[in-house]
Amino acid sequence: MNWYDIIFYAFAVITVVSAVGVVFSRNILYAAFSLLFTFFGIAALYVLLTADFIAVTQILLYVGGILVLIIFGVMLTSRAFNVEVKRGFLKRIPAVFVTAALAGTLIGVLTTTRWPSVNFLPYEETARPIGVLLMTQFVLPFELASILLLVALVGAVIIARREKEKRA
Amino acid sequence: MTLLHLAIAVLFLPLSGFTLLIFFGKKIRRSDLVETAILFVALAFSLYIMIEKLFILHLGTLDLTFRWIDIGALVGHPGFVLDLGIAIDNITAIMLVVVTLISSLVHLFSLGYMHDDIRYTRYYAYLGFFSFSMLGIVLSNNILMMYVFWELVGISSYLLIGHWFEKKSASDAGKKAFIVNRVGDVGFFIGIMIVFTSLHTVLFSGIFKGIAAGQLSGPLLTAAGILIFCGAVGKSAQFPLHVWLPDAMEGPTPVSALIHAATMVAAGVYLVARVYPMLDADALTVIAYIGAMTAFLAATIAITQNDIKKVLAYSTISQLGYMILGLGVGAYSAGFFHLVTHAAFKAGLFLGSGSVIYAMHHEQDMRNMGGLRKKMPITYWTFVIFSLSISGIPLTSGFLSKDSILGGALAYGMLSGNYIIPVLGYGVVFLTAFYMFRLIIVTFHGEPRDLHKFEHAKESPAVMTIPLIVLASLSLFIFYTFNPFSPESSWIMKDVVKPESVVPAAQSRGWSKPAVIETAMSPTASSTSSQAQSGTKSVTYYEEALEESHYFGMGLSLTLAFLGILAAFIIYHWKKIDAEKLKQSVKPVYTFLLNKWYFDELYGATVVAGTVRLSRMMAWFDGHIIDGIVNGAATVTRGASTLSGQFDHYVVDGLVNFSARFTGLLGRGARQVQTGKIQTYIVFALLGVIIIFFAFRQF
Amino acid sequence: MNLHVGLTDFLIVSAILFSLGIYGVVTRKNAIMVLMGIELILNSANLNFVAFTRFGLMNLTGQVVAVFVIILAAAEAAVLLAIVLNIHQQLNTVNVDEVDKLKN
Repeated sequence: MNWYDIIFYAFAVITVVSAVGVVFSRNILYAAFSLLFTFFGIAALYVLLTADFIAVTQILLYVGGILVLIIFGVMLTSRAFNVEVKRGFLKRIPAVFVTAALAGTLIGVLTTTRWPSVNFLPYEETARPIGVLLMTQFVLPFELASILLLVALVGAVIIARREKEKRA
Repeated sequence: MTLLHLAIAVLFLPLSGFTLLIFFGKKIRRSDLVETAILFVALAFSLYIMIEKLFILHLGTLDLTFRWIDIGALVGHPGFVLDLGIAIDNITAIMLVVVTLISSLVHLFSLGYMHDDIRYTRYYAYLGFFSFSMLGIVLSNNILMMYVFWELVGISSYLLIGHWFEKKSASDAGKKAFIVNRVGDVGFFIGIMIVFTSLHTVLFSGIFKGIAAGQLSGPLLTAAGILIFCGAVGKSAQFPLHVWLPDAMEGPTPVSALIHAATMVAAGVYLVARVYPMLDADALTVIAYIGAMTAFLAATIAITQNDIKKVLAYSTISQLGYMILGLGVGAYSAGFFHLVTHAAFKAGLFLGSGSVIYAMHHEQDMRNMGGLRKKMPITYWTFVIFSLSISGIPLTSGFLSKDSILGGALAYGMLSGNYIIPVLGYGVVFLTAFYMFRLIIVTFHGEPRDLHKFEHAKESPAVMTIPLIVLASLSLFIFYTFNPFSPESSWIMKDVVKPESVVPAAQSRGWSKPAVIETAMSPTASSTSSQAQSGTKSVTYYEEALEESHYFGMGLSLTLAFLGILAAFIIYHWKKIDAEKLKQSVKPVYTFLLNKWYFDELYGATVVAGTVRLSRMMAWFDGHIIDGIVNGAATVTRGASTLSGQFDHYVVDGLVNFSARFTGLLGRGARQVQTGKIQTYIVFALLGVIIIFFAFRQF
Repeated sequence: MNLHVGLTDFLIVSAILFSLGIYGVVTRKNAIMVLMGIELILNSANLNFVAFTRFGLMNLTGQVVAVFVIILAAAEAAVLLAIVLNIHQQLNTVNVDEVDKLKN
């Protein structure tokens, strides 16, 4: 046990527990706040994996963008903050069973697989190489992604507005 | 940009014009001018290629070959490769200029002649397509591509002959030309297959190399040569497949000038020149005889015809016969030279006749013309120059080329003893001069016979006379040599060198192989001993024969030509001898000639009637035997199907109904799972994934 | 498992997140909750990519792909929330199993 391990387990626990909170919370707002912690935990795991650029992107985009979007969605669609989230009991039994089987299978596979090389590579700067890759090898997906974002932006505006115009 | 790239540009320019006109012809104003301009650009390129190639750079053969098909060797199969490409040697360079020159002048001429035609753009599109195909023949460096372009030329000829397809005679003529050509092309194709199966290549260079190495020899080589020549017989309208060309005159006159006088029919001659090295002595003898026969036959028919274009058509056949004869007797350069000069003066003759026909409002019968000399001076004088040229009068190009062919024929006759060939050749000189001047006198001299049309006749516009003037100047000696009496000094004769024959020595004619000549001259001489010592002697024999025949031949041909002209003047101009009486006195012969030796009737009675009878037999066979079998089969089938129907009704339907009920039962059970909720489906999908994982897991 | 934290540990965290995300997607009725589940799944995939990159089983491409996944998640969240808002305006609900207009 060294500090690295301790920090890893601490953040892994935070991530998993808050994810459980997301999934099992009855209050939708609590779920959203749990998701915040999950995202932070994952960002910390990224830092442990020395992926600095991804970690910062995670915080900026997920926490600053997507999560805010989700909370706006919650506030716009719910009249009260503490909306009871309905869950059908009967539905949950097969879901619990299947999910448990899935998790068991995945973990079983992961622990028995012999990975070809599991050496932890030393830290290198990643922002610059990622930028270079995006502008060279991945320039087409990169441009496509920008077009996708534009389409999503326009599409979201149109979908959200259409009915209002009809009413007006 | 090398000459080869330029040549490819020349090839594809007319095709681009064709594409443009066929798709956008209606949208472009003056699309005819576009096409004409394209042809003039191609002409400029071709001239540049020829001058660079022949006079400035003195290059060898330029070749651009690419691998088209490459099938690697397999077990039990050697595999093969197919190379295609283009090549430019001296005759290609000259032919490029001939084709583009005549084609562009015809385009220019058509601006006037075809002005009011209803399918004007389409006419120009087809002209462009024809030019493309013809240039393709000229540029191909392999026999396969040449065959493809050969057929493309055939189809464009068909389209242009049938340009006025409302006229039944025109559409029939198109079909006739196409079908008669097919007969020759079948032979051509068999020849190609013989060559390809024995030598595994279609490149000319490869073919000659293979034959020189002895991979194809003996009777098969002779057969291949004659079969390939069959293609030339069809395309160049040689006896016995000459019957289509006169009918092809149903097409517009500029087309006749371009396709059926100057270029396409010359393709056959070009083909023979191309494959010349692989023709052995027997094949060459066949070629020489066919050429002589054709020249004579067509000239005799031309004397009796009254349609101005028909006369010129038979004259074309006759001159093509001369070229083939020249190649056959070994006067290779002379034959090709005649092709070039003939292209100029015969295109001129056709365009001149077009000018006359245009002025006479599409009247083609000479008997209704006359006295046009004063009305159409340019047409008249150019026509005279062309006629002098075709008759072989000195100072014209025709004299140069024809004289050298006849010299070659005479030398051949002396060397081989086939005297009938030079005799026919010289006979045709007289006939040619006679019928050409008969044409001129009847058309342009004397009194007008149809006064109404004569009144309206006037000289054609400049777009039509300029091509005539250009072609007339090209029919003079000055473009070919500075000495009007010495064909040998012309640049074409110098640059077009007879290629070295590659056939085995035993099969070659032996003009350049002294051993065979000595054997022929003195049968006792031993062939092996004389071979070594007589490398120079052989040339001497051939040169001697040519030299001996030269002045004699020239004098003879001149005398005959002047006699022919004289006879024409006596009969038709001064009317010393009444033409009608002459006709009566040799009536059987005259009728025989007027009916074109009854070739059409002969083919009608044999080939066509035979085909009809065969198809009747086939129809009977079809109606009685095949139909009987079919009907029997139908009866059996009906019985079988009744049986099968019963089976279907009881057994199959029962099964089907059972399975339907069973499925319904299952469905009712399975419907419980179908909730219509995506989330349920996800659960099932995941379950499926897990099951699949464990089912296929490698423990 | 050795004492030091290795690749497997990261992957196990990722697997747990994935399973929890699936569970959320499958059981939740509120569309926004479903979206949260999807975000969990995407994050677990990202964690896999980054972990593989760091442990030398993938070159930097893994991180680039993670960037694209984040971009896609953003676009998807925007569109999905627009749809949810629209559904909410029209049907006054955000429960996925009550939205069945196409079924009838």
